[in-house]
Amino acid sequence: MEYFVISIIKSAVVAIALLTTLAYLQWVERKVIAHIQIRMGPSRVGPHGLLQPVADIVKLLTKEDLVPPHVNKFFYLLAPFLAITTSLISISVIPFGTEVEVAGYRTWMQLTDLNVGLLLVLAISSLGVYGIALAGWASNNKYALLGALRSSAQMISYELPLSLALAAPLLLANTLSLREIVEAQGGYSLGFIPRWAIFQAPVPQILSFLVFLAAGFAETNRVPFDLPEAENELVAGFHTEYSSLKFASFFMAEYCNMITVAAMTTTVFLGGWQPPFPERLGSNLIAPMLFFGAGVLCFYHASNPARRKDRYTLPVFGVVFFGLSLLFLLVPPLMPLFWFAAKTGGLLFVFIWVRGTLPRFRYDQLMRFAWKILFPVAVVNLMVTGLVVALL
Amino acid sequence: MDVILFVVFAAIAVVCAINVVVQTHPISSALSLVGVMGALAMLYLLLGAEFIAMAQLIVYAGAIMVLFVFVIMLLNAGAESRRGRSITAQIFGIPGFFSLLVVLSFAVLKLFPEAPVVRFGGFTGGGARDVGRALFTRYLLPFEVTSLLILIAILGAIVLARKEVD
Repeated sequence: MEYFVISIIKSAVVAIALLTTLAYLQWVERKVIAHIQIRMGPSRVGPHGLLQPVADIVKLLTKEDLVPPHVNKFFYLLAPFLAITTSLISISVIPFGTEVEVAGYRTWMQLTDLNVGLLLVLAISSLGVYGIALAGWASNNKYALLGALRSSAQMISYELPLSLALAAPLLLANTLSLREIVEAQGGYSLGFIPRWAIFQAPVPQILSFLVFLAAGFAETNRVPFDLPEAENELVAGFHTEYSSLKFASFFMAEYCNMITVAAMTTTVFLGGWQPPFPERLGSNLIAPMLFFGAGVLCFYHASNPARRKDRYTLPVFGVVFFGLSLLFLLVPPLMPLFWFAAKTGGLLFVFIWVRGTLPRFRYDQLMRFAWKILFPVAVVNLMVTGLVVALL
Repeated sequence: MDVILFVVFAAIAVVCAINVVVQTHPISSALSLVGVMGALAMLYLLLGAEFIAMAQLIVYAGAIMVLFVFVIMLLNAGAESRRGRSITAQIFGIPGFFSLLVVLSFAVLKLFPEAPVVRFGGFTGGGARDVGRALFTRYLLPFEVTSLLILIAILGAIVLARKEVD
């Protein structure tokens, strides 16, 4: 009984955190892209556009929910469900931190630890194709169908390098449970180099990390691999015929897949919640110092504001940052959570940064890249890693 | 709990399997087959074979059926029309199927009367480690022969699909 209650509370916390992150990831993306392109980004709704996600949700909820007359109704309605469900499941096996004690109960900062957790993530991501493929087919529209075909071909092709790149660090960790994978990356070689998979002796997995990241971009249909929704050729690709909440589910699914890929990269390659240098060198002080610095910066900019309203909004953020700084200083068990969030957030920033920087691939370039570059690199890396691990 | 889950997923598997045959549109049939695969994976999980359950999902539901759906979409196959079914098939089809089922289950009971009863979670050799060890020691020869077969099939497919070069 106790187990059920704890599980339900944990699921609720993770679900709320995930959905909030989803909503604000979109705000972050718009802001970052805007600053890359020397624009302001959303700034009308709330201070610095911070209420923009709420406005977007209200807009999407109140838009007309249109079902075109020429669609295959059952599959047309099933597709967004499939897309959003498969993208939300994977978060359940990601470990966010160590064991913590809350109000007398000890529990792990992870929803569930399967001994085949990594395979579950792969399985769920391979099922994610159905949402997109069905959406394109059921829409009965040539652009949607072309988008769906491209997307299926792309996801099938990039799944191979993705799985092969994941297999190499598994040889070092020797387990499929994500919690144990993170624990296998604990400790430091030479006293300060973290034993994360990308730095771990005998074979640093930098190559498979890069392959995984590139394939992850393709799996989530992000720029430069966003062929399925190339707007100048295919209108909007597979979701051309979708409006209102059904469009929103595809949109959310894409961002959620992004979070999953970033969290998986963090877990398998970047040591999950392990800090980048030991506690005795002061890794626990990084988070308070970072937030303190952000708070000071806020107050500095409030004292010479660029816009008039900054004089009132920035001190509020400054106080929030000081509060966070104090929180991390006083509650050290939160540190693993901070490192996990920092690494995942950094990777998400790379996702957005790439979108602001790179142009789209051509379709044949996309396929050639998968089969002639990523796939051989992943295979060679796997073989070398296997050989070295077997010989040592 | 296990029994309830078993009944639920077995029912899903059976309903989906019937649906594969009943549906007229190939996409509906293919997706029902995905449902069968998913339900089967859950049954494997109930028995304690985690690795096989995940492999079932990744290989069958995730890879093979996606290719099926992909090809159906590419060829734009329409719904099949129900015509030309003989009177014998219409009258004797379903009773014949059930009598075959009866004969089969009777034969299994007669041939293996000592077979142990299946218990949920009673099977412990289902992890990745155990499956790998079994594949690379006891079943090494069949495993390698299968891989050779697949290689030959791939080569054959490439030869068939290749454009004629003058």
